[in-house]
Amino acid sequence: MDAVIDIQHLSKAFGSHQVLKDIDFSVKKGEVVCIIGSSGSGKSTLLRCINLLEKPTGGQIIYHNENILDKKHDITAYRTKLGMVFQQFNLFNNHNVLNNCVVGQIKVLKRSREDAEKVAMKYLKVVGMDKYINAKPKQLSGGQKQRVAIARALAMEPDVLLFDEPTSALDPEMVGEVLKVMKELAESGLTMLVVTHEMGFAKEVSDRVVFMDKGVIAEEGTPDQIFNHPKEERTKEFLQRTRNSI
Amino acid sequence: MTLDWLMIIIKENWPMFLRGAGMTLLISLIGTVIGSIIGMLIGVIRTIPVPEEGVKRGLLKLVNAILSIYIEFFRGTPMIVQAMVIYYGSALAFGFDMDRVVAAIFIVSINTGAYMSEIVRGGIVSIDKGQFEAAHAIGMNHFQTMINVVLPQAIRNILPATGNEFVINIKDTSVLNVISVSELFFQTKSIAGNNFRYFESFFVASVLYLIMTFTVTRILRYVERKLDGPDNYDMIMMGNQMQVETPVIKEKNR
Repeated sequence: MDAVIDIQHLSKAFGSHQVLKDIDFSVKKGEVVCIIGSSGSGKSTLLRCINLLEKPTGGQIIYHNENILDKKHDITAYRTKLGMVFQQFNLFNNHNVLNNCVVGQIKVLKRSREDAEKVAMKYLKVVGMDKYINAKPKQLSGGQKQRVAIARALAMEPDVLLFDEPTSALDPEMVGEVLKVMKELAESGLTMLVVTHEMGFAKEVSDRVVFMDKGVIAEEGTPDQIFNHPKEERTKEFLQRTRNSI
Repeated sequence: MTLDWLMIIIKENWPMFLRGAGMTLLISLIGTVIGSIIGMLIGVIRTIPVPEEGVKRGLLKLVNAILSIYIEFFRGTPMIVQAMVIYYGSALAFGFDMDRVVAAIFIVSINTGAYMSEIVRGGIVSIDKGQFEAAHAIGMNHFQTMINVVLPQAIRNILPATGNEFVINIKDTSVLNVISVSELFFQTKSIAGNNFRYFESFFVASVLYLIMTFTVTRILRYVERKLDGPDNYDMIMMGNQMQVETPVIKEKNR
């Protein structure tokens, strides 16, 4: 199995509140996995645990045959191999668009500014933001910010790109432009792990859908299995609810 | 009568007034700069996330404790007293006579450092958590995150408070006359001691203080505006024609 990330028995508790319980889950190379579920089901926490923005309280994360949660393991080196796109964009406010995509390459990957700018421009073109390289984040719309954030993550040339509800903070009319970029990335063979409320996107783009409920993976399978023939009662209920809301 | 005296005092003593003002400016400027650097270092150290175990945890706790004592001591005692303790204390303890100007700069620096470290910490804490997370997610460590992402934003936010410190320093260097530094207050006292025109002499000094603080405030305002950068940005030209249409609009039209 060529799993990029293999998660075994992962658990996370905030104090006495158990948010993730015994999660087993893996992402293969080139795979697009969508994680769906209601708010508070632990999907964002799972993503943040994978990136170690939250420290898991138990279990293992295996990456290239090594357990990342080992104390001696270099966390920052691991993190550069995972790109992260946040719900709130989190572009660096003190840098313009180009520098947002360049600063990590120079400081972390130790690329020269010239190389870094070339790589940044390549990915800014992919997301259609290459005309805006001189703009500051505060001058951009939400959708534009998120596309720059995607380019910033791509510029680090990660093994996996993690998306934490990338369209949830956007105005409805801007959701489309971000989803379009993500779809193109998915088709280009990038390994992606997407926490989303966009059922249409999950259904259409993903290779595998994971449904989470109350801190456990309740059901996983192909989009067809999950959306058209869900086995679990709670999956059916969740899908019923999301359909009603639209 | 008084006006005549003012003119006479200025005419006879202007070099002394200017030297005093220059010394005041020198001490407060260097003191504020060094104090800000001290504050920045301490602010960064005090915001290092504490590791869960190991030697590093103990070391960090110890450093934090020492820094807390430093801050509490210098915020909790008057600068005039610190000046006496440090200047005469160093003479007593190590038997060496500190240069008065060096002593003055030293005292103002560490005093400002104590205040600035709390101001910097406040500035760092006020930066959105997402900025830290984004930097960490890219693989930056604490210091890279601070230098490249957080501090530039924090410094912009604490600039008004730093300007405050500078203005306070310009005024508060007057207390250093107790260790006979030849700053503006000390010079004015000497001038007034010669001519016995206290009101007129100190009136001149007050105007000089006001000019210094006012100028500094204006300069800092200008720096703030510069740091904010222009409100507009240029689109990158495509060929000879400027691309006016944004991708967003194109998509809507489709």
